Amino acid sequence: MRLPRRVQVGAFAAAVVGVQLLAQAAGKGFFLTQLTMTAYYTLVVLGLSLLMGYAGQISLGQAGFFAIGGYTTAALTTLDLSPHRGQALVGALARARVLAARPDLFGGEVLSVEPWVAFALAVGLGAAVAVAIGIPVLRLKGHYLAMATLAFGTIVSSVLVGTQALGAADGISGVPAFALVPGLRVSGSSADRLRNYYLAWGLVAAAMWLLLNLIHSRIGRALGAIHGAEDAARAMGVDVARLKLQTFVLAAVMATVAGSLLTHYNGGIGPSEASVLKSVRYVAVVAVGGMGSLWGTLAASSVLNFLSLRGYFGTWDDAVFGAILVLVMLFAPEGILHANLRAVLRPLGIGRGGEEGA
Amino acid sequence: MTLLEVQGLSKRFGGVQAVKDVSFGVEKGTIKAVIGPNGAGKTTLFDLVSGFRAPDAGTVRLRDVPVQGRPPHAIAALGMSRTFQNIKLFGHMTALENVMVGRHVRSRAGFLGGMLQPPGTRREEREIALAALEAMDFLGVRELADAPAGSLAYGQQRAVELARALAGGPEILLLDEPAAGLNMRETADLAKLVVRIRDRGVTVLLVEHDMSLVMGICDEVVVLCFGEKIAEAAPRDVQRNPDVVRVYLGE
Repeated sequence: MRLPRRVQVGAFAAAVVGVQLLAQAAGKGFFLTQLTMTAYYTLVVLGLSLLMGYAGQISLGQAGFFAIGGYTTAALTTLDLSPHRGQALVGALARARVLAARPDLFGGEVLSVEPWVAFALAVGLGAAVAVAIGIPVLRLKGHYLAMATLAFGTIVSSVLVGTQALGAADGISGVPAFALVPGLRVSGSSADRLRNYYLAWGLVAAAMWLLLNLIHSRIGRALGAIHGAEDAARAMGVDVARLKLQTFVLAAVMATVAGSLLTHYNGGIGPSEASVLKSVRYVAVVAVGGMGSLWGTLAASSVLNFLSLRGYFGTWDDAVFGAILVLVMLFAPEGILHANLRAVLRPLGIGRGGEEGA
Repeated sequence: MTLLEVQGLSKRFGGVQAVKDVSFGVEKGTIKAVIGPNGAGKTTLFDLVSGFRAPDAGTVRLRDVPVQGRPPHAIAALGMSRTFQNIKLFGHMTALENVMVGRHVRSRAGFLGGMLQPPGTRREEREIALAALEAMDFLGVRELADAPAGSLAYGQQRAVELARALAGGPEILLLDEPAAGLNMRETADLAKLVVRIRDRGVTVLLVEHDMSLVMGICDEVVVLCFGEKIAEAAPRDVQRNPDVVRVYLGE
């Protein structure tokens, strides 16, 4: 397992290509849609994996950050300012390309915020909220931190459901495509399906590369030190509060980016994305993948989110993730993909044991 | 030159006056010990000096900079390093990674540098590894570099902890009962090591129980009893001090 990082990420990229070819060859090209969505959810859990597994902090509010990203993007890009076109400010913003015009369904023209601008604002807002929440909340530990972040998620969720301007229970639809560069746009139309699959998984690969670099750097060692013996870390000059906050913000930004892009891909967002059950689901995926294992989290997220999005869990969807979390905590607190699971299952008479590794 | 100066330091926990109006200085390039019976307030004094607790009154000056009440990481950045009575290694990391953390104060790469790995960060990373290996060499534990710290024997853990404390090139090193759990032979080796650390240019302040270690190598000794300083002198003179004898041997 001590392969160089670029070999690991290269193998992952090959797997991404392999899955795409396999899906096409099997005549299941439509799978790519759910796989693309899976990639965005994977971005969320990779950030959470860093926060939980390396910084030792839990967050039950990641869905809140995802929703901040998604709703900011949705609200700004569907806002129609064309009736105010005559006003000086609106005109100036349009000339500065902060606003962009596009045709609507009825042959008219919609003037709303350019997706790049909306994206930047969404990420900025997510980061700002993470700093504002993180400074007081990260003083807490264990259950108390879990409760506080849970409360944050609940607040975001309630505010969204209760705000008519944000579509209340219906959410926001009609979000336009996001033209990243000419020829590449985040959009759910089937013509863009293949490109979006590679875009989304390319982002996951890039995130993986950056996070793997990070955990093997000075910061990664400092995070490990905090996890191992906080007092000793402080005595060695590690600013614990600052590092925890930065990690919290990084995880929040990853959730915000995912929320914003997936909202463009889906063409809308609803309040269920902000629900606490989603946050529990993210924590469950990290737990399955194993604390402190980015690759484990990636694998767990790919499988579980894809199965969920394909509807294999039916109406039991949320229950499945809750049950997974309980079972993992009971029988494999190190994560299912951790070799310890065998040692746990063998006495129960499950599995034969035998070959090593996992 | 006085590197560390403690003046009128006091700390109370509820009804217990753990440290009461303690003053002393540590000259650069010397070895100084704080001794005293159990519960004399030695560890509390260490915590006050290194920033783990804020004093109720008094000042701590490191190179003339007042540091009392500052957080430990800020004091560490000014050149103070320490070890712990019950060795605190990062058990799931390798010995080398542990020692590399000791270099944290002398390096700068942040989140962006860590993620993007620009050439400057890579160069710094090599410097960190070299400094860490040099410190492990100095302690004679270089061959343990790749071993998980949690799997090391007790004496090896002490050595790795010391390497970690030295890797950042501190001005002053605080050792909290470094001889705890060592046998006589190991204690003698430790005494030689502390002298070598001093000869490296690192001023040493240690809290100790073990008189054999203290008397042989220290330039000066501070004696605490129930939080108060009852003597401060060269080891020879401290041994003859009637107050000290009374505290240690009874009347």
